[in-house]
Amino acid sequence: MQAFTTLEGLVVPMDRANVDTDAIIPKQFLKSIKRTGYGPFLFDEWRYEDVGQPEMDCTNRPIRKDFVLNQPRYQGAQIMLARENFGCGSSREHAPWAIVDYGVSCVIAPSFADIFYNNCFKNGILPVVLSDAEMDVLFVETESNEGYKLNVDLAAQTVTTPNGQVFGFEVDEFRKHCLINGLDDIGLTLQQADKIRTYEEKRQQEAPWLFV
Amino acid sequence: MAETLFEKVWNQHVVNETDDGSVLLYIDRQLVHEVTSPQAFEGLRIAGRKPWRTSASVATPDHNVPTTGLEHGITDPVARTQVEALDSNCEEFGITEFKMDDIRQGIVHVVGPEQGLVLPGMTVVCGDSHTSTHGALAAIAVGIGTSEVEHVLATQTLIQQKPKVMRINVEGDLPAGITGKDVALFIIGKIGTAGGTGYAIEFAGSAIRALSMEGRMSLCNMTIEAGARCGMVAVDDVTIDYVKGRPYAPVGEAWNQAEAAWRTLQSDDDAVFDKEVHLNAADIVPQVTWGTSPEMVVSIVDNTPNLADARDEVQREGWTRAFEYMGLKENTPMQEISVDKVFIGSCTNARIEDFRAAAAIAKGHKVADNIKLAMVVPGSGLVKAQAESEGLDKIFTDAGFEWRAPGCSMCLAMNADRLDAGERCASTSNRNFEGRQGAGGRTHLVSPAMAAAAAIKGHFVDVRNWKENA
Repeated sequence: MQAFTTLEGLVVPMDRANVDTDAIIPKQFLKSIKRTGYGPFLFDEWRYEDVGQPEMDCTNRPIRKDFVLNQPRYQGAQIMLARENFGCGSSREHAPWAIVDYGVSCVIAPSFADIFYNNCFKNGILPVVLSDAEMDVLFVETESNEGYKLNVDLAAQTVTTPNGQVFGFEVDEFRKHCLINGLDDIGLTLQQADKIRTYEEKRQQEAPWLFV
Repeated sequence: MAETLFEKVWNQHVVNETDDGSVLLYIDRQLVHEVTSPQAFEGLRIAGRKPWRTSASVATPDHNVPTTGLEHGITDPVARTQVEALDSNCEEFGITEFKMDDIRQGIVHVVGPEQGLVLPGMTVVCGDSHTSTHGALAAIAVGIGTSEVEHVLATQTLIQQKPKVMRINVEGDLPAGITGKDVALFIIGKIGTAGGTGYAIEFAGSAIRALSMEGRMSLCNMTIEAGARCGMVAVDDVTIDYVKGRPYAPVGEAWNQAEAAWRTLQSDDDAVFDKEVHLNAADIVPQVTWGTSPEMVVSIVDNTPNLADARDEVQREGWTRAFEYMGLKENTPMQEISVDKVFIGSCTNARIEDFRAAAAIAKGHKVADNIKLAMVVPGSGLVKAQAESEGLDKIFTDAGFEWRAPGCSMCLAMNADRLDAGERCASTSNRNFEGRQGAGGRTHLVSPAMAAAAAIKGHFVDVRNWKENA
């Protein structure tokens, strides 16, 4: 997994609440058996006039010019601002795969849906939770300043604006450790294989019907 | 120390807990389907890993399978590749699979309980958010992403942070015509789609205990629509009676031992919850969603909301956008909204009781002229067979509904079953998101009886008055 340490990047504002994973990556793209190649289809229904199909060439598709990802000033964004309950709905990991494939590796929102939040950490994306008031500041500053960039520092757990405002955020220690070091958590868990086996032996005595 | 139901099951599955609060949780059962597993199996192959315990996982294809013309197989080559990948992965890794030609095949969340693969007190995962369904059996059942599917395959564990626990008490008698689906939508309307974020929810109270196991499954299924990690209902006679005799349930002495353990799966009287919500069963009227989020829901006797009543600017913008997408105006009576298509199915509502309720409405009637398609899609081959043995398929087809083969179908429209742009659907599924049932499609979530009634009348009606209406 790609490590996440610090990021100074262009910011794109996704100013709507309850953005669901069906919107982030529509169902037809879930037929792929790969982890990559979803970036061109990120927010497909909002981004294009036509209906996208897996593996199609998107370079000449008609775009919805008013959609935020299509605005020239936000091209190359690496940080996305969002509103409450971002990533709700389906557990599809294709959603973070599409976001990271598009080039965004940090999403900042007042709240995230649980499964999406978890999926981000498995794919080198840092989801940052800030307060509604802090989000309002970031939305206003992003929209009123072309080329607006933020600095995100995972080790320090801070988001810093161009004029030096610093917003702190919380992150679980284990997830932080894995993300900073780009660690594969399966490998880490398998270091505890003995503990899993001991648990299974004990549990098999207590509840043998679980092991048939 | 007094424990909640959630804590009891959780504590029985802790393999290790670290100082920072992350818990290595043992997973008893993993259900696998074709959409979220190929990359996980590929990950195992690349790392040279084997499944930790193959008997813990069971697979069935559901999202992509066609519900008609099965004799031709899957004609969409991309979908076919994915189902074939599931077949070959299960074969390679030694995982039991109910394939497309197996009568046990169906929607993974219908098949799991039906087969007794999900038992009370288990930890259950699946790469699908509606895994919450299985909490109806007092299991901790959580939807996970593909990386975690791989993690569970490789280690039989999941790294988790313990959620807070909320109890939602629904007391009193549910009025006639009110189902688990209405209870679920009513709760989401009250607490919102993020109301459960960070929580495991226990559904309790006399109205919940009075629900059948299938009604509890519909309710727990939609816990994810309230944002919660999982939903649970305590074990009672309903649970025990449901599990007994299922193909994968224990028998003989093992059954006795299991039943004794399962009977303890209730919150202790003095258990403390992080949050409690109290609702009155008598307040629940058949529910219909009007917008593009499950929390945009009202009673069938109500109107769409007024924008002036939104709690803040963010909600007002969301409502404005939803009205535009849905082709609706504020303050419109729900019963005046006509529909183009009707879908009765999905992991929320594709079990035998759902079809009995819908057939009771449809019997002796005809689908209205303005309905382009009314389809009934069973949750599994066994549900289909049961319904056919009761003559329900005949009732539906006589009334003008299509009777299909099992699968996820138009809940998420990965197969050929979908809405065209602008079409409006009365659907028993779980999500009314933009584009969910097809790009530009407009979804209204309802119970099976409400969907059947909308098909007959051509618009939404109150099923509580069905006899008078008929």
